Amino acid sequence: MDIIVCVKHVPETAEAELKIDQTGKNVEKTGLVYDINEWDDYALEEAVRIKEKLGGTVTAITMGAQDSESTLRKCLARGADTAIRLTDPKFENSDAYATAKILHSTIKNLHYDLILTGMQAGDDGNAAVGPILAEMLAIPHATMVKKLELDTGTAKVNRELEGGLEEQLEIKLPALVSVQTGINEPRYVSIMGIRKAMQKEIKVMALADTGLTENDVGIAGSWISIDKLYVPPVEKQAEFLKGTPDEIATKIAEILKSRGLI
Amino acid sequence: MPEIFVLAEHRQGAIRDITFEMLTKAHEIAEKTNKELTAVILGKDVQAHAKTLAEYAKTVILIQDPKLENFNSEAYKKTLTKLVTEHKPTLVMMGHTSYGIELAPRLAAALNTPLATDIIDLAFEGDTLTVTRQMYGGKVNVKATLHKAETYMTTIRQATFAAQKPAQPANGQITETPSPLAEEITEKRFIQYVLPPPGGVDITAAEKLIGIGRGIKDQANMPQMEELAKTLGAVLACSRPIVDKGWLPNDRQVGSSGKTVKPKLYIAIGISGAFQHVLGMKSSDLIIAINKDPKAPIFSFADYGIIEDLFKIVPSLKNKVYELKGQKT
Repeated sequence: MDIIVCVKHVPETAEAELKIDQTGKNVEKTGLVYDINEWDDYALEEAVRIKEKLGGTVTAITMGAQDSESTLRKCLARGADTAIRLTDPKFENSDAYATAKILHSTIKNLHYDLILTGMQAGDDGNAAVGPILAEMLAIPHATMVKKLELDTGTAKVNRELEGGLEEQLEIKLPALVSVQTGINEPRYVSIMGIRKAMQKEIKVMALADTGLTENDVGIAGSWISIDKLYVPPVEKQAEFLKGTPDEIATKIAEILKSRGLI
Repeated sequence: MPEIFVLAEHRQGAIRDITFEMLTKAHEIAEKTNKELTAVILGKDVQAHAKTLAEYAKTVILIQDPKLENFNSEAYKKTLTKLVTEHKPTLVMMGHTSYGIELAPRLAAALNTPLATDIIDLAFEGDTLTVTRQMYGGKVNVKATLHKAETYMTTIRQATFAAQKPAQPANGQITETPSPLAEEITEKRFIQYVLPPPGGVDITAAEKLIGIGRGIKDQANMPQMEELAKTLGAVLACSRPIVDKGWLPNDRQVGSSGKTVKPKLYIAIGISGAFQHVLGMKSSDLIIAINKDPKAPIFSFADYGIIEDLFKIVPSLKNKVYELKGQKT
């Protein structure tokens, strides 16, 4: 089973305070810690588990600048065999559509039985690259997958629906599956794995290697362009309780008591 | 007159709320910009649904086929590719739901139609469509413009627009159109709905909930959360990361993919407040949020906020509640 995993190098922002940068079209990146996109981390783990069970290869692929190599190194350390980085200044500001075209330009020349990726990225949250790529490759796909079982020539997947419900589908291979978090438990990287990964080569490809033109990528090749970023207006704001932890705890307890909740 | 298509979403015999939310917003846009609202419904034996939609939209396109009985993005893609190519609507709206996420990007790629996903607002300026969406888990808003095209496609965030029944029913014309699906879809097949096994605790029945999130950081910190809950007589609930890590079973998850709760008290601890979670708890009577990040979206939904390290507050709070309970007895 040959598997391709599409990953993205993104800033961790769950607990970070974000500021808009001078261009107004991006967030201030200094001080942010980057890592593999959370959803892609689960996709990578799923790929490695399948390889361990059935044999075959795992190729990690990303579109990103030099610093995204650390995410590819992580993929290699965790069990990917090869890694490809698509990079070009012209790729900047590519939306989901342009990104899918860039990934497609390379993936169409590779052998694969399965393409795995996260259902969305923690930064732009488009949840769109996977299905667009599947359409370009003319292979079936399933998104928001919480369970994946492989059979000869087919995959059985459980997709997450709303309200705790799931649906089970069968798709023919080769296929693209975008995973939801919780599909597995991503492993930690062993020291051995990290050491081995440092020696592996990362293949770097630029616009000229993709067969695409400038008009296919970046803003020109996109469906959508960002006009501006802004901090969401506060429609309602909590009343903030201040003081030492003890004082705050007292205030909370009093509020609860006054409402008959204690 | 240019058309706006709203793709009706339905499952297991019921039209889903997002459909009416979209119809209400689409109606407003249509009035403002001189367009016609068309609802599109695909399915099997869904005439009754079409009648309901006709109260909202001027035209209802009904396509019935046994192959469309359950949602299947491939069957939908083939059907809608033909329909959109023929009608050339100026805008196609569907939900940013498990169905829309599966279908919209692929349909947009098949049609080469500019797509904006997870939209929280949209407006036409002439024939240009601008949208508002969010990035970084709701911490940043984005204004964006779709590149000029004959047809635009959007997926709309759930519970963003209020659904409103028109004062005057639209008395829409139901147009049944033959299904273009000649053969079975073999590359993708619906098998069944799966309900996760019920757990022991029903969080929707609890009066007091403590919702814990990513900020808990380590499983070793779970006991002190459980102790606080016990002292308060509350039940532990959580956001998605806690279930993903296996620290609580999935019937404790609050949000769009979990449960919707409305307790008398919801204390959100270490939860940033991504909309998926907020959707499930924003109607709680009293919401108290503890988070280190002063800009965490959860503070826009909470009655009281505490900007502090949760590990400093939780032990103190447990003691204070314990003391107060002691006085009572």
